[in-house]
Amino acid sequence: MQDGRVGCWALFKVFSHMAMQGFGGVLPFAYRHLVERTQWLTAAEFGELLSIAQLLPGPTICNLSVMVGQRYAGVAGGFSALAGLLLGPFFIVIALGAAYQGLAHHPIFVNAMRGMAAAASGLILATAVKLAVGMLRGSGQGARRVVQIALLVAAFVGLGIAKVGLITVVATLVPIGFLLFAFVWRKP
Amino acid sequence: MNDDVKLGGLAWHLAVLSLTAIGGGVVLVAPDVHHYVSVQNHWLTDEQFAAMYALAQAAPGPNLLFVTLIGWMIKGWLGAVVVTLAAIVPSSCLVLALGSVINRHGGGKGRWAGALRDALAPLAAGMLAGAAWTFLSVAGAGWRGIVLALAAAAAAYATKLNPLWLIALGALAGAIGLV
Repeated sequence: MQDGRVGCWALFKVFSHMAMQGFGGVLPFAYRHLVERTQWLTAAEFGELLSIAQLLPGPTICNLSVMVGQRYAGVAGGFSALAGLLLGPFFIVIALGAAYQGLAHHPIFVNAMRGMAAAASGLILATAVKLAVGMLRGSGQGARRVVQIALLVAAFVGLGIAKVGLITVVATLVPIGFLLFAFVWRKP
Repeated sequence: MNDDVKLGGLAWHLAVLSLTAIGGGVVLVAPDVHHYVSVQNHWLTDEQFAAMYALAQAAPGPNLLFVTLIGWMIKGWLGAVVVTLAAIVPSSCLVLALGSVINRHGGGKGRWAGALRDALAPLAAGMLAGAAWTFLSVAGAGWRGIVLALAAAAAAYATKLNPLWLIALGALAGAIGLV
């Protein structure tokens, strides 16, 4: 980290900039801006903050922006970074929503949206597969791996097929997984 | 837009959900939000709901903005603002509250965080797959939609192509009647 004199306005500007570039995901741009361009974080600090942002509830990139903003300019800095991240894209998605409503009766447009939605769900699936592959690479001995696969399947069935709801899935499976990995199959 | 929408109920629902969405980002709230908005209250059709996520993916910025669009569709500007704040303020306050501790101790490395990470990795993958399935089943694209989604997933997994291109190709496939 360079120095402590990064103000709220600078945070707002940098996070706006990366958000407006972030077609298809802001995280790669977050790295470019925070580590390479402004050098507010080292690569190691970025990785560390990102892994904490993923562990905490809520949108990962928002959590990251709040942590970076707070580090430099306290609570006001956290909200400045978050506002920068969201303000521009907020108006863009609403413009897209207005266009959607205007075109919603054209059959070609409706068909295009159906194809877009299918592709978008494929993108979510790709993220899931990436996480699963990374997990299997790092899961170590046999029993740990079996438990992780069981948790993965249970989470998929619970949320996607049985539709018991996110709160039930998280409240049941997170404690089970945590206890198993903290006490039974601790990382060697 | 809809006059009998109770925004407070939706906002509360989202606030609780966003505090529950750990490990996989905000898309994990999608199955519950779909149930609340489309199945229980009939504010949006299945097709509209799936379209909102696709639109948010096509726009720059965090994909949590799909809830902004849902708010806007059912209650205009007020809905967009209230729903967005409900989705981000509670979790951001939690981050701020924990932040001073994190910044001081450089957390996330100890035994407990390690166990939590071990548990969350498979759960996030499974829940994300569940959310993907939810979108696919409400998009109304049938088996061809499943094929398109699997192709998009394979391309996104195997290449470094910007996801925007895959969204655009999906739109094209839909427009010319392939899906």
